[in-house]
Amino acid sequence: MRSKDIALVALFAAITVVLGLFPLIELPLVPAPFTAQTLGVMLAGSILGARRGGLAILLFVVLVAIGLPVLPGGRGGIGVILGPTGGFILAYPVGAFVTGLITEWLWRRYNVAYALLANAIGGALVLYVIGIPWMAMSANLPLGKAITGSVVFLPGDLAKIIVASLTAVTVRRAYPLVQPRQAA
Amino acid sequence: MLSLYHEARSPVHAMPAGAKLLVLLGTGTGLFFVRSIGALGVAMGVVVLGYALARVPARVGLRHLLPILPVLAVIVVAQVLLTDWVTAALVGQRIVVLVALANLVTLTTRTSAMVATVEAVLRPLRPLGVRPERVGLVVAMTVRFIPVLKEQADQVRAAQRARGVRRSTRFLTPLLIKTLRLADGLGDALEARGAGSD
Amino acid sequence: MIELRNVHHRFGDHQVLRGIDLSLTEQRIAIVGANGSGKSTLARLLNGLLLPTEGQVLVDGLDTKKHGKVIRRKVGFVFQDPDIQIIMPTVVEDLDFGLKHHGIPRPEREARVEAALAEYGLAAHRHHPAHLLSGGQKQLLAIAAVLITNPTHIIFDEPTTLLDLRNRHRITRLITELDHQVILITHDLELAATATRVIVLDQGTITADGPPTESLSSYIAAHTNP
Repeated sequence: MRSKDIALVALFAAITVVLGLFPLIELPLVPAPFTAQTLGVMLAGSILGARRGGLAILLFVVLVAIGLPVLPGGRGGIGVILGPTGGFILAYPVGAFVTGLITEWLWRRYNVAYALLANAIGGALVLYVIGIPWMAMSANLPLGKAITGSVVFLPGDLAKIIVASLTAVTVRRAYPLVQPRQAA
Repeated sequence: MLSLYHEARSPVHAMPAGAKLLVLLGTGTGLFFVRSIGALGVAMGVVVLGYALARVPARVGLRHLLPILPVLAVIVVAQVLLTDWVTAALVGQRIVVLVALANLVTLTTRTSAMVATVEAVLRPLRPLGVRPERVGLVVAMTVRFIPVLKEQADQVRAAQRARGVRRSTRFLTPLLIKTLRLADGLGDALEARGAGSD
Repeated sequence: MIELRNVHHRFGDHQVLRGIDLSLTEQRIAIVGANGSGKSTLARLLNGLLLPTEGQVLVDGLDTKKHGKVIRRKVGFVFQDPDIQIIMPTVVEDLDFGLKHHGIPRPEREARVEAALAEYGLAAHRHHPAHLLSGGQKQLLAIAAVLITNPTHIIFDEPTTLLDLRNRHRITRLITELDHQVILITHDLELAATATRVIVLDQGTITADGPPTESLSSYIAAHTNP
């Protein structure tokens, strides 16, 4: 990895922490503390691509795990990861990677619609696919019930997908960083 | 940035980070096979003893347990509605024991020891091109730049408020572009200061 | 000695430097020029942060294209904005950073860090997070962290631009007291006047090169509306 890439990875991990410090979107009844940083997950993948974006968010998760208070409300530590919602946090790097991968495939024709697609799959769907079964297991709940329970995340996630996509498209115009990739 | 580490002299603090993480891993797996409230009660007692041994005040321990309460409440209520009180209690206990034990590891292990453990775990991956010694570097860089970027974010927001922009998400684009510029400079600084990758 | 042989540099379609030939032997050299004159690009060519698209840059006879890492050990670089250059969270860690990457053993590193803390008045801030330092202290830390690695040449890229008057004087004095080969890239004509040789850059070519009085007066004349 070049030094510039190392800088990007570290700075996007830092940005993801900073995003958790601002109440970006406040919707009533949405448990924001669990989702505030998924915007960082989407932006890292959309702006840096799969490898660097995934590593940036992996670094963020390492910061959580080693006990730095980088989650909203100054939370952190392995307890958060091993708790019922920990699956979502562990899914963050995978989500950023997938967002980046889709972004790379669509890079030449990238627009808001494609950005929405990439962010919805990587920044939300991937997190549900890993986070919800984890919660079901941790809480000993049937998967169906856990899925129903996770509906509360939807409005917030939808808003973040839109914000991340509009931002990613604008940033791409000013500062295109992703290397396009041919779909296999 | 302050870590969640709780400074004290104790046998728990003195235990190597790797050993603590292994105990945690073993307990975390084992707990899923325990189906008795009594046995989980004993486990809970052992964790409380651990906190006492580590000289972590109850106040500190509880404060770190507090954030999981909302989720825990939802889960316990769901269990009561779907199954019965006994299952609800089992599930609730299991989560509390696991999270409390994990918090104890966090509270008694320095960030630097954690980083060293991460590096040690990654060492076997070296043939795949992983550079474990870079973990400490990027962790430190991130800690260094969190306040810098927070300041930039505050500046962008202040400038936008002065111009009457109220939507809070508007500050993302300028903040990200500043961050990308910063990355150019920081990449140069890493090279210039001898941390280049070539 | 740093030598440039017919150096051209291009970013995409944008030609930044056109055929620069220079032999930098004097101990204190200033390179001045307007924004966009190519002086920052030139600075980054001198230690191999950038490689010329055409021509050669030689540091003590070594080509930056082949010996980047060795050259960057010889040629220290102080950036305009210390916030970019300070890489580690605290003062001590940042002073230690370059030493660690140069593979210097720990006891010597500790001794050098202590000496630098004392010399640059940073001892009281040793464990302070870098972001809590004042602008002047940050620039001092940035310079100290470069000097501590014992380079033989140091490039300063506009070291006083972001500073207030008091800190500008302080940093200027510090720079004039160095006995390394110093190359100053600057807007600050007062600072440039402390050099023995001043090179004026305009749109990628050298328009004046000589003692400070001559070069600076030609620079001022060229950039003042009649």
